[in-house]
Amino acid sequence: MNTSLSILRILPEVILCVTGALIMLVEPFLAPTTSRKSLGWLAVLGVLGALVASLYQYQLAPGTAYFGVFQTDPFSVFFYVLICGIVLASLLIALDSTSDSTSGLGEYFALACFGATGMLLMTSAVELLLVFIGLEISSISTYILAGFRRKSAKGPEAAIKYFLLGSFATAFFLYGIALIFGATGTTAIYDIAAKLGSSQMPLLAVIGLGMILIGLGFKVSAVPFQVWTPDVYEGAPSPVVALMSTAPKAAAFAVLLRILYGALPTLHAHWVPIVWWLAVLSMTVGNLGALRQKNVKRLLAYSSIAHAGYILVAFTALSADGIAAASFYTVSYAAMNVGVFAVVSHVGGFDDRLTLIEDYRGLAWRSPLLGGAMAFFLISLIGIPFTGGFFGKFYVFSAALHSGFIWLAVIGLANSGIAAFYYLRVATAIYSKAPESSPIASVPRATVPLLFALLITVAATLILGIVPGKILGVAKAGAATYPSVNASAPETTAAGR
Amino acid sequence: MVPTSYYLILSAILFTIGVAAFLIKRNIITVFMSIELMLNAVNLSFVAFAHQWHQVSGQIFVFFVMVVAAAEAAVGLAIIIAIFRTRNTLNVDEIDLMKL
Repeated sequence: MNTSLSILRILPEVILCVTGALIMLVEPFLAPTTSRKSLGWLAVLGVLGALVASLYQYQLAPGTAYFGVFQTDPFSVFFYVLICGIVLASLLIALDSTSDSTSGLGEYFALACFGATGMLLMTSAVELLLVFIGLEISSISTYILAGFRRKSAKGPEAAIKYFLLGSFATAFFLYGIALIFGATGTTAIYDIAAKLGSSQMPLLAVIGLGMILIGLGFKVSAVPFQVWTPDVYEGAPSPVVALMSTAPKAAAFAVLLRILYGALPTLHAHWVPIVWWLAVLSMTVGNLGALRQKNVKRLLAYSSIAHAGYILVAFTALSADGIAAASFYTVSYAAMNVGVFAVVSHVGGFDDRLTLIEDYRGLAWRSPLLGGAMAFFLISLIGIPFTGGFFGKFYVFSAALHSGFIWLAVIGLANSGIAAFYYLRVATAIYSKAPESSPIASVPRATVPLLFALLITVAATLILGIVPGKILGVAKAGAATYPSVNASAPETTAAGR
Repeated sequence: MVPTSYYLILSAILFTIGVAAFLIKRNIITVFMSIELMLNAVNLSFVAFAHQWHQVSGQIFVFFVMVVAAAEAAVGLAIIIAIFRTRNTLNVDEIDLMKL
């Protein structure tokens, strides 16, 4: 085994880990009155380093490292760059909305780095043990971040709901791994696929598959495992929600792709109907739930449930195009959702002063930049052309159509129509005249970190909406790493509902 | 010699008791303990399968599950303390500031 090459393959994780540890070590030496924001910039530097290291990995030959637990391929690099980008933007948002007196800021930045390490490990792991460890590193970090405002009443409530349901889901995920181990005698993802054909106990593997879908369903907040999402998003600080509504979900979707297409492609007759129902329920319940929300953060929570549904639509396609569409949608959703939360976090502040849709009345007149950016992201979330959201939906639904899931695409398109109502409700509030004594007048001017965060997210959404080909090409290169979709054409899928 | 299936059935029963307790119990500490019960039920499965397949990887998995459970307990108890300080209660029905 080539050790130096192995180290190159985990270089992004190493950089993030060292940055996080460095922040924890430096923090106690700063005087209590000193601003902790410099540590935030250190974290930004670390994440930038990890981003560069991830981009460098793109030209490495695909291969495994450390006894085959870990695989660098275009698929993992794609998600590495995505997750590093999300963490970078969310750190900038946190630098904007926190004040120098926010307590425990040093830990905040360190935890963001550690959480990112776990998410990166999840996307490149090809051994279920490492998937589990990565999942837990990312989950435990986000449990703490969700309850970061521990003096407020809602902070710990959000953290305990997230923690209890998250651990509950982890137990299901683990039981699923145990049953698949029992059916095949291995926990290496690509060995499972090879041994499943000759397994003595295929029923065990099917039950294990169900358990894994329950566990990951919680993590990506697919219906019926979504109950925690609105409460946690409402109670957690907005910069944290920007992070945890996108990055851990992207990692969980990557794991789901690896397990379904890498380990269990032979069981597709079992999991395609389940995923079909998860997708339909998530889209419908998410969009209908969002219609009656008055709080912007809860509205976005329901919208994130719906978007998880759209991504799951692509899973049913059983083709390389489906994998590429799911990856592409994850990126475009991340760009626009982090962007929305950048504005929400600036308007509401770290302690959520303004969260109702009514409070946003007149935002565009108070600050054309913030109002315009928010309206742009909302338009992208609806899926209007020339935004990332449009091509995301386009690829997802065309992948479903190509595999014969006409009803799934129809339900998805109907849902996109419903979704336009509530996004436009927020957008019209932003552009209507505010009453004289409107609280929106107290919104501070945009700061430099916020401008950077908006620049990243607006640029990403625009690029995905105008020249999507390049990123779709990388997503397709990632999809091509799955032998299952290239070898066997989807023969039975047209018989789906 | 006890057949492997006995261990698996016991593990499934323990896991079900954990799920039921998670859904029924109202005290946060008890709810948390039921999650630990579920994790340990899974551990039993891993060890049983490791024995059946003569594969040591199942047993190694158990060690990592225990480590992760310990880390989770540390964070979970810290969150529970924060809850108790702000609310003076550990009843899940009273922690309902945000409605579903």
